[in-house]
Amino acid sequence: MALSKRLAQVGRECVACGTCVKVCPRTAIRVASGVTARVDGALCVGCGRCAKVCPADVIAMVERGAGA
Amino acid sequence: MKNEKKWYDYLWIGELLYWVLGLCNILFAWLGMLFFTIPMLVALIGGSKAYCNRFCGRGQLLGLLGEKLSRNAPPPRFLRSRWFRYGFLAFFLVMFGLMLRGTYMVFTGAPLRQTVTLLWVFKLPWQWARVDMVAPWIAQFAFGFYGVMLTSTVLGLVTMVLFRPRSWCVYCPMGTMTQGICMLKQKKEDGGCGGESQKNCGAAAASRQ
Repeated sequence: MALSKRLAQVGRECVACGTCVKVCPRTAIRVASGVTARVDGALCVGCGRCAKVCPADVIAMVERGAGA
Repeated sequence: MKNEKKWYDYLWIGELLYWVLGLCNILFAWLGMLFFTIPMLVALIGGSKAYCNRFCGRGQLLGLLGEKLSRNAPPPRFLRSRWFRYGFLAFFLVMFGLMLRGTYMVFTGAPLRQTVTLLWVFKLPWQWARVDMVAPWIAQFAFGFYGVMLTSTVLGLVTMVLFRPRSWCVYCPMGTMTQGICMLKQKKEDGGCGGESQKNCGAAAASRQ
């Protein structure tokens, strides 16, 4: 399957609440060790749902390859 | 697509039940200690925020209410800043300490105050509560603790309406504390970056700012 053009990127001020995990349709995001959310670039389809619900507004949708 | 509901997706009912039970008898406020101790134990023993991520009834309730009531606006940046989150945690702990001091004073003979304090200022009369079956200090703690829970819930509801549904999670003192614990545990292992390489930890935010 071709990779999407965009993917989610989590900022350093993530509060690890896990809200993003619940809305991800591909299980591409998880909270690592209670510290920060982490995106699996191979699974992320760039739908942006996580960015829309993030209560801290720390998830950005970026072009693949642009520092991701 | 992960649409199947699990048993823990209904823990918001427990949160509602807590409020109803507390209204019926203030002594049920003691049950709120579970909302303090469980996330702490999960963070200390398990090194995770599984409680916040899956089992927090308040977060679930805010999420549900927010579907209808929230403006879904991005929160102000200061809300997620470290100084605000840890400052709010410190403030909350001080107020909690004052509540414990009040409990101790009743334990040593001061009269019981049958009020629930909302937002650290407003004293709500709670005279209908029947608390004569327990020692006064046990009742005093219940009044104080119910006030702490009520205050945080009101703040959560206000920020739910103003910003995104689970905005409370950003500055929730328990969330901040458990994340801090997880960070400390992680630091011992690999430098505090979620157990993986440093590449995606913080670099993203740095590039955005």
